[in-house]
Amino acid sequence: MTGGLPSELARWADKIRGYAEEFGLDFPEVRFHLLDWKGINEVASYGGFPTRYPHWSYGMEYERMSKSYAYGLHRIYEMVINTDPCHAYLLASNNLIDQKLVMAHVYGHADFFKNNLWYAHTNRRMLDEMANHATRIYRYIERYGYEAVENLIDVGLSIDNLIDIHSPGIRRQPRPPDPALEAEPKTVKRIPSKEYMDSFVNPPDFLAAQKKRLEDETKQARRFPVASERDVMLFLVNHAPLETWEADVLDMLREEAYYFAPQGQTKIMNEGWASFWHSTIMTRRVLSDAEIIDYADHHSGTVAMHSGQLNPYKLGLELLRDVEERWDKGRFGREYDECDDRTRKATWDLKLGLGREKIFEVRRIYNDIGFVDQFLTEDFCERYKLFTYRWNPRTERYEIASRDFAAIKRQLLQSLTNFGQPIIAVEDGNYSNRGELYLRHQHEGVDLKLDYARDTLANLYAVWRRPVHLETALEGKGRTLLTFDGQAHIQKRLD
Amino acid sequence: MVERIERDAGRFRQIVRGHVKENLRKYMSTGELIGRQGKDWVSIPVPQIDIPRFRFGRNQGGVGQGEGQPGDPLSGSEAGAGPGAGDQPGQHILEVEVSLDQLAEILAEELELPRIQPKGKAQVISEVNRYTSIRKVGPESLRHFKRTYREALKRQMLTGIYDPVSPRVVPFREDRRYRSWQTKLIPESNAVIFYMMDVSGSMGDTQKEIVRLTAFWIDTWLRSQYKKIEVRYIIHDAAAREVDQKTFYHTRESGGTIISSAYELCRAIIAQRYPADQWNIYGFHFSDGDNWGSDDNQKCAALLREHLLPASNLFCYGQVAAYRSSNQFLSTLRAIPEPEKLLTAEIPNKDSIYDAIKLFLGKGK
Repeated sequence: MTGGLPSELARWADKIRGYAEEFGLDFPEVRFHLLDWKGINEVASYGGFPTRYPHWSYGMEYERMSKSYAYGLHRIYEMVINTDPCHAYLLASNNLIDQKLVMAHVYGHADFFKNNLWYAHTNRRMLDEMANHATRIYRYIERYGYEAVENLIDVGLSIDNLIDIHSPGIRRQPRPPDPALEAEPKTVKRIPSKEYMDSFVNPPDFLAAQKKRLEDETKQARRFPVASERDVMLFLVNHAPLETWEADVLDMLREEAYYFAPQGQTKIMNEGWASFWHSTIMTRRVLSDAEIIDYADHHSGTVAMHSGQLNPYKLGLELLRDVEERWDKGRFGREYDECDDRTRKATWDLKLGLGREKIFEVRRIYNDIGFVDQFLTEDFCERYKLFTYRWNPRTERYEIASRDFAAIKRQLLQSLTNFGQPIIAVEDGNYSNRGELYLRHQHEGVDLKLDYARDTLANLYAVWRRPVHLETALEGKGRTLLTFDGQAHIQKRLD
Repeated sequence: MVERIERDAGRFRQIVRGHVKENLRKYMSTGELIGRQGKDWVSIPVPQIDIPRFRFGRNQGGVGQGEGQPGDPLSGSEAGAGPGAGDQPGQHILEVEVSLDQLAEILAEELELPRIQPKGKAQVISEVNRYTSIRKVGPESLRHFKRTYREALKRQMLTGIYDPVSPRVVPFREDRRYRSWQTKLIPESNAVIFYMMDVSGSMGDTQKEIVRLTAFWIDTWLRSQYKKIEVRYIIHDAAAREVDQKTFYHTRESGGTIISSAYELCRAIIAQRYPADQWNIYGFHFSDGDNWGSDDNQKCAALLREHLLPASNLFCYGQVAAYRSSNQFLSTLRAIPEPEKLLTAEIPNKDSIYDAIKLFLGKGK
């Protein structure tokens, strides 16, 4: 698949790389591959990796994409993976101006992958790693049968969002103080007696039995896991009653989930950054007069808003531009914030020219949450007419809820927390001392989708092989315990 | 690379097929598939095929951009069109397209339907090309090397150029021989379906819906068995007339019921247009069992015995009345001693469609 580019495209790839470097972007070698739409749909179904383990979900994705491509509903503009060298795919049927735009965009991504802190832990040789995973899984299929392996992958994929995205950066599992140091150790009490009576008053076998009972009690009191464990995948790999190969498969899926997680954490920034650079490079360097219209058409296609939905490309791009402008003109800091003269604020310009430097700093250290938290301003929300919407069960539709800045920011941050996934942790691996698994959903005002939650519990049961519980909360019902005991789903109110 | 995705896509389709098969009885008793039908495919809503995860439900909301006041509906979000609902089961639904042939195959597997042994000779004739002959001109891709060589050899020997010591055979243009095809005509059997329905006042919408569903599955199966199929629709109350499909399902009359009028019309059409030795004829009649007196019942029986049954492969009667009707007509038909050709079923509700189809199509005729 490492087909060389046609000479004209290769020349442009070279030129655009030069421009990108001139602007200060820093990226590994980028290898472009020219694919027809079938090929690009295929690679896209596999998440950009040509060799991955077999699974029907890729086939489903492929069918879906092929269909919507055939109906002209969408097409993939760019596809780039975070590796070193970086691989990117171009759709052969695109015209030259599209290819240039995509190439410029890709260099933006490549720079982001390399320099953003949240990607620091990712494996840049993932292409090989994915292929290794595929080989291992093929071997398991040969040994244990297609269905057994497929069933396990079904389960693994259904829980692969239950990881601790911050764990690559920090050491969790703080140990609580040893209870033995806190209180007097419990011992078996002897009844005082004369020495010749002692073996009757305190019979040795009774004492031994009492001692054993005490030991058992302390053992039970010990929590498992010691502190709640956010990395549910890891907990299962380590503690679920799995065969070696099963643990290995789950471990591979976990590794791939960690590899992809930063892309979920930086969707807005990553796309915004790449869009910022494609538009900069294209308009400042690449475009000829004749190409301007086509470029504008396709550029607006990528950053267009569809039916009121927020487009991460657009949000990221505009926020970055806003940051650049603010730091160029010195519109930050206390003096600016406290100024309440509107006309003065509107023309505020200290001519600092710090914008470029600032956005490079932003791309290095922020992820989406920090980015939005830090740089989304009330002005920006007004200028771009942002609003929050919510589901109205009475009218059965989504309705605009508010244009209040605080509400918008809260909503946006909420949807970005934990890369948009609910926060769920293992509380107890030995619930009610029966070896049952107890998970707790940290409810932040948004309910889980119940039908999915039930099916996922059933999948967890398949791995844990004992009843599994999930503590969550439901609107209007309060704290609720969902249980799957192998036969039936049980829903219980907790308070 | 291509094989990989083909295999995963194939596995996905296999899973979909399994789902459809599993839920066939449900699909047969609801009208879900009808109206989702294209030329040769149906779009089937398959539940629970994606991978379940812990994820947020509907009360998550979100941030959007654009004009509008609080309380305005989000543009592009029609009532009930939101992505996935809260706690109703079976909400994660995927639409998959299944070809009608595939659907027929699934139907056959699940209902254990035997393939139909067509009778009669062909009217429709299909062409098949067979490469059986040789000619002197043709594309190079069809060149017959051995024949060409033989021709060249023959020519060289005749003209005396051939030298056995140094046997070099060089073919000229005239020596070249090419494979050629002959078009063979292969007879195909063809079939006609007659749907007859009582549209008198006593037939309600529920009954018609049952007829529609039953007819959909009969169509699906028979179309998979014959290359060419014609469908004729006859409605009747006190008198019968031939109509198109739309009228068939949407007409409602208030008159009485004389079933023999439909049988008579059917007979006439067959006599005119579909000679029984050339056509596989299928008759399906649906009514609620009410008929104008026992005289007409006898008349129907006579028509069936003398004309319709001898001409057709199969004649099925489905009684779609929920209750109240007399069973006289049904018992008259059941008294006719033609158990292989004349099949009768009571289809009081949608759930019994499955069994009716199994009975009607289970004979392999």
